[in-house]
Amino acid sequence: MFSLERWQEIFETISKNKLRTFLTGFSVGSGIFILVILLGVSVGFQNGIENQFQNDAENIINIYPGETSIEYEGFNEGRRIQLKNEDYALVTKSSSNEIEYSSSMYQIFAGLITYKSESGSYRVEGVMPDYQFLEKAEIIEGRFINTNDLDGNEKYVVIGNRVKKDLFKEGSPIGKQVKISGLNFKVIGVYTDPGGDREEGRVYVPLTTAQIVFGAGTDIRSIGLTLPKEDNYDLALKNSSAFAAKIEQLLKKKLQIAPKDESAIYINNNIENTKEVYILIGAMRVFFWGVGIATLLAGIIGVSNIMLIIVKERTKEIGIRKALGAEPLSIVGMILHESIFVTAISGLLGLIFGLVLLEVVGPYIELDFIRNPSVNFSIAVSTLILLIAAGAIAGFFPAWRGAKIKPIDALRDE
Amino acid sequence: MIEIKDLHKSYKMGKNSLHVLKGINFSVKEGELVSIMGSSGSGKSTLLNILGMLDEADSGSYTLDGVPIKNLNEKLAAQYRNKFLGFIFQSFNLINYKSALDNVALPLYYQGVNRAERMERSMAYLEKVGLAKWASHKPNELSGGQKQRVAIARALASDPKVLLADELTGALDSKTSYEIMDLIQQINDEGRTILVVTHEEDIAQMTKRIVNLKDGVIIDDKYVNQVRAIQNV
Ligand SMILES: Nc1ncnc2c1ncn2[C@@H]1O[C@H](COP(=O)(O)OP(=O)(O)O)[C@@H](O)[C@H]1O
Ligand SMILES: [Mg+2]
Repeated sequence: MFSLERWQEIFETISKNKLRTFLTGFSVGSGIFILVILLGVSVGFQNGIENQFQNDAENIINIYPGETSIEYEGFNEGRRIQLKNEDYALVTKSSSNEIEYSSSMYQIFAGLITYKSESGSYRVEGVMPDYQFLEKAEIIEGRFINTNDLDGNEKYVVIGNRVKKDLFKEGSPIGKQVKISGLNFKVIGVYTDPGGDREEGRVYVPLTTAQIVFGAGTDIRSIGLTLPKEDNYDLALKNSSAFAAKIEQLLKKKLQIAPKDESAIYINNNIENTKEVYILIGAMRVFFWGVGIATLLAGIIGVSNIMLIIVKERTKEIGIRKALGAEPLSIVGMILHESIFVTAISGLLGLIFGLVLLEVVGPYIELDFIRNPSVNFSIAVSTLILLIAAGAIAGFFPAWRGAKIKPIDALRDE
Repeated sequence: MIEIKDLHKSYKMGKNSLHVLKGINFSVKEGELVSIMGSSGSGKSTLLNILGMLDEADSGSYTLDGVPIKNLNEKLAAQYRNKFLGFIFQSFNLINYKSALDNVALPLYYQGVNRAERMERSMAYLEKVGLAKWASHKPNELSGGQKQRVAIARALASDPKVLLADELTGALDSKTSYEIMDLIQQINDEGRTILVVTHEEDIAQMTKRIVNLKDGVIIDDKYVNQVRAIQNV
């Protein structure tokens, strides 16, 4: 396979039979192209569905405090539990390599926000940078809160699209000063949220700033986090349930809550509500892969057929080669090599073409059920491996046929 | 060089079996130029194919340059063909998308000779058959005589023990045929063993020995006074 001599021989054959090479290549190239587009659209569908059905990350786990219902370690029942920064630190540090995104949150429900003569009452939430992903907030202008903002207790605010419409009418709000509870905040970003108007009627400020401004000390209202996504719903559910149980135990111990107390800590595991979405997305993926593979298979069969015709057309040549000393294995090698080479090159072209198309056109596609179709790198790589295999499979039967050609039959003068 | 004893070959066709070679005994010494004569269908090509290891006899023995040719698998047959034999066909059998030079170089490719040396040696053989200037031309740009010269150069390229030619002038006019036979005679003069299958008397007379085949047996095997082809051109 790596002999230079054979490469030269193959290259000569291919370059001197351009039409044939083109026809073979075209069917594989277009097959891969279609596969890539299909996979991209499938991802787009997935994005679209997740967006339609879920306001927040579908695998979010929310932790809220409540009131104790059992007396424990000298504490009376009916004690209000207050979460603090240290509890957030405990939760995240204990499982830092299991957690994908995490943020604690402190909010006031009716903050008066004023810009020039316009004003309104909105929910003000002090959050951390990851909150954007937990909420599925999408920045449409400016940026979200970052770690520097937290460290510097910056008086920055990211406003929801509805807030923008209410207060700013027209023009960009970025860089403008608004008053929140009488204090000046600079607008650094605008977001939209699949939760619609309700969730776009909020503003986000750095958690640290919120705690200072609202006199909350180190108090937090809730903790939100996600685990990395799993394709398999049952596995996702199992992982997150186990994780939730672990966190609950940890917090109960730290906050001196009876292990059996059901009302002191609430852990809301959103994934329990998303089974349908998982199933739908799973079915979708199976469907698109199925169609894609079928397309590719058709391509492979096409190539195989073309190669068979080529072998038939080259019967005489193969007979000549054998008479001159070509061993059967070298004929197999020649045909396979040619098949894999042509399939790989043309498939690569189809792949690149498909990826470029998705890259260029994808971001503009924002239909209700298709959002940002794209293909990730690992899928591209597996497609490539699939291609090499496809070339080998496509070349196998023709090669076998070629190896069985008897020179005496091939060379008989008619 | 070649020694065959009691060679039999029949073709099965459905229930019938056609007995083509019925006990051939014959041997060829090094440096001979032999023609195998006979009417069409007498089994000449069948015999040559067996000698060329393109086909197998049903029974009998065959020794080539001291090597018993028996129970060859395809791989070994290919190696022996490459090492021992050069083929020249009636219809030339050149690869039509390859240049004359690349056609000549093909046996050397299968010998594992590197490209530079392949090209150098092939060029020398093309020169020998008078086609150096045509090295880069494809077969369809060459005349019949030129094609057969390329084929002869190719047969010589691997420096085989024996050249086997089946009706090598069958597709050529008589003038060109004689030119080709002149080339064959020159190659034989250098000591190469050559077997020529033909049904044309004048071609046979240009070899040194005529073996006559009829109904699957040799009916006549005699040395003749070689007619030099050059005198007829
Ligand atoms: N593969 C084959 N199958 C069946 N019959 C064959 C085959 N090859 C040759 N024959 C028959 O064997 C006989 C001898 O053929 P061949 O050796 O080609 O004769 P020649 O070369 O003397 O004309 C012919 O009758 C031919 O039809
Ligand atoms: Mg014949």
